[in-house]
Amino acid sequence: MRAFLALLAGLWATAATATEANTLSVQVNYLRVERPAPPTLSNLEPIPDDLGIAGAQLGLADNTTTGSFLGQTYALDVVSVPEGESPLEAARSALAASPYLVLDAPAEALTAIADMPEAQGALLFNATAEDNSLRSEGCRANLLHTAASLSMRSDALMQFFASRRWATLALVEGPRPEDAAFAAALRASATKFGLRIEAEKSWAFDADMRRNASAEVPLFTQELGEHDALLVADETHDFGRYIAFNTWLPRPVAGSEGLVPLAWSPVIEQWGAAQLQSRFTEAAGRPMASEDYAAWAAIRTLGEAVTRTGSADPATLRSYVLGDNFELAGFKGRPMSFRPWNGQLRQPIALAQPRALVASAPLEGFLHQVNELDTLGIDAPESACTAFGE
Amino acid sequence: MLRLALALSLLPAAAQAAEIWVTNEKDDTISVIDIDTLEVTRTIPTGERPRGITFSHDYSVVYICASDSDSVQVMDPETGEILHDLPSGEDPEQFVLHPDNKHLYIANEDDAITTVVDVESRSVVAQINVGIEPEGMAVSPDGALAITTSETTNMAHWIDTETREIVANTLVDSRPRHAEFTEDGAELWVSAEIGGTVTIFDVESKAEKAKIDFEIKGVHPDKVQPVGFEFAEGDTHAFVALGPANHVAVVNMETYEVEEYILVGRRVWHMAFSPDKSQLFTTNGVSGDVTVIDVASREAIKSIKVGRYPWGAALRP
Repeated sequence: MRAFLALLAGLWATAATATEANTLSVQVNYLRVERPAPPTLSNLEPIPDDLGIAGAQLGLADNTTTGSFLGQTYALDVVSVPEGESPLEAARSALAASPYLVLDAPAEALTAIADMPEAQGALLFNATAEDNSLRSEGCRANLLHTAASLSMRSDALMQFFASRRWATLALVEGPRPEDAAFAAALRASATKFGLRIEAEKSWAFDADMRRNASAEVPLFTQELGEHDALLVADETHDFGRYIAFNTWLPRPVAGSEGLVPLAWSPVIEQWGAAQLQSRFTEAAGRPMASEDYAAWAAIRTLGEAVTRTGSADPATLRSYVLGDNFELAGFKGRPMSFRPWNGQLRQPIALAQPRALVASAPLEGFLHQVNELDTLGIDAPESACTAFGE
Repeated sequence: MLRLALALSLLPAAAQAAEIWVTNEKDDTISVIDIDTLEVTRTIPTGERPRGITFSHDYSVVYICASDSDSVQVMDPETGEILHDLPSGEDPEQFVLHPDNKHLYIANEDDAITTVVDVESRSVVAQINVGIEPEGMAVSPDGALAITTSETTNMAHWIDTETREIVANTLVDSRPRHAEFTEDGAELWVSAEIGGTVTIFDVESKAEKAKIDFEIKGVHPDKVQPVGFEFAEGDTHAFVALGPANHVAVVNMETYEVEEYILVGRRVWHMAFSPDKSQLFTTNGVSGDVTVIDVASREAIKSIKVGRYPWGAALRP
């Protein structure tokens, strides 16, 4: 095993060659595990083919420009694993070429890749999976998360309700596992911030709501009783869009539709974000999504660590990234850093409606003894992650 | 009648009082503040999204970065009339006029380029590749060096103004915003918005000499974001705008220690002194006003409502 690791380290040395004292070339691989897109009622927003990938490419371009002044070069290879194929083989060859791997994969694939012998000592970035378990009992020491977790998003929304004193909520939950996971996060966050979800219903229609939402939704929501805001857990954006303005009571909709907590949104334009948005839109020909942002942040994290340490060694970069001196300027108004207890990128969460940013969490008044960003998501005492302990 | 009033308002005042010119980024206007009365006396339309503003050394014209018009506008400060546009490269944000009064060094924020424009021939004489989102611009008092800071690359790029080539790149903390040389040319100061620091370089060696941190009671450190700054008479103190912390720090330039924090309007950005440097005018983007600071007592003495998102400020003596 030891010999094998030594061999591996030798291989990586070629991936990150120091030809001169201060000349570095850093190879990053991006691995996408393709998943079937669930059917949705509306055809309005197709999922872009290059979701996530375009963000990684922008991150690479940003790193390359910076690197050009320091004799550092960066390269990015993208591999997409077709549906039904095991991602492990692709991960193995990616890890043979470089210790730096950005992943767009479901949770089970992420942990399987992180547990491969070839991944020990590598630095993996989760750019899309929001599962709370990956930041808690299911964490891995070699897996950092630039994607925001579900609980970061749900905490952001509940901070907003708490600050508005909208204390009584109702919830409509969709039938898919993603919907259940988001609903669970919303319930936990409501409890955390002292709000009550007084009524819940499961979405149980198979009719085409594009035609009859105005007839069905008022009756469906009538039973929810009195509430200040209606939460919708519909993470595949199937039915939720037909609920707003069709509710029995005139109430704002939030969650997966209406006011949505997001790591990134095209409506963010403060804090210099307009520049990132325009760079992205120019390069990709479409607006920037949360998945693109997380992939961009992963590549920029690497670039920032390489620039500041002058090293391309994965252990050096990992300890710098998890240390106190690391900070990433992420166009969200606060320096971003990684939580040393579970590898999650601390970041503000946007509360966005389709046409404007409503607020940015952490909201004013939600204080924390260490970092206000840690009022969002799994804080050190709540995390069951032990892999980062050593 | 309205027309007459407008014409009158554009007439030069007989005994011209000193003025502070403020660009309103989201109004496409300039607010002109009379320093004697501390009131807005004129509002002048500009191109789209005006940000950087500076006067020629003889104050005969004023240059305005009209970012979304992709041009630098040249305005007659007497009449408020746009005389002509200069080619500026895309999305000019900030610029600095070389001591020769002839060359403008312009940061093109969207293009990772610094453009050098000859204001007489109205032509681009050089474009220099710099880091991503160039922003802060400075030129040394002897004119030999120009500086561009790049916000995402986190560097100060040192440009030789003879060869128009980069001679050094120095890393600073996250999102460098503004750069200034001291009057004697010995020091270069660079603010880092997300890093929350101001770094001081020794110009001779281009090495970091000191770094200033800021700490305001009751304000979260993440919100202390240094942006624009100016040096007081004789380079004794620096006044540093701290963005969303809504304060201006007063830094002793001998000891590099912060002596005071002055509460101003919201999201304080850039600033300009009165002619004798007894008063300082800060632009406050979010509250849409300008705070007047009495430099001797270090107190904010007045807020002046201007347009939406005031950004840059320049003195017209």
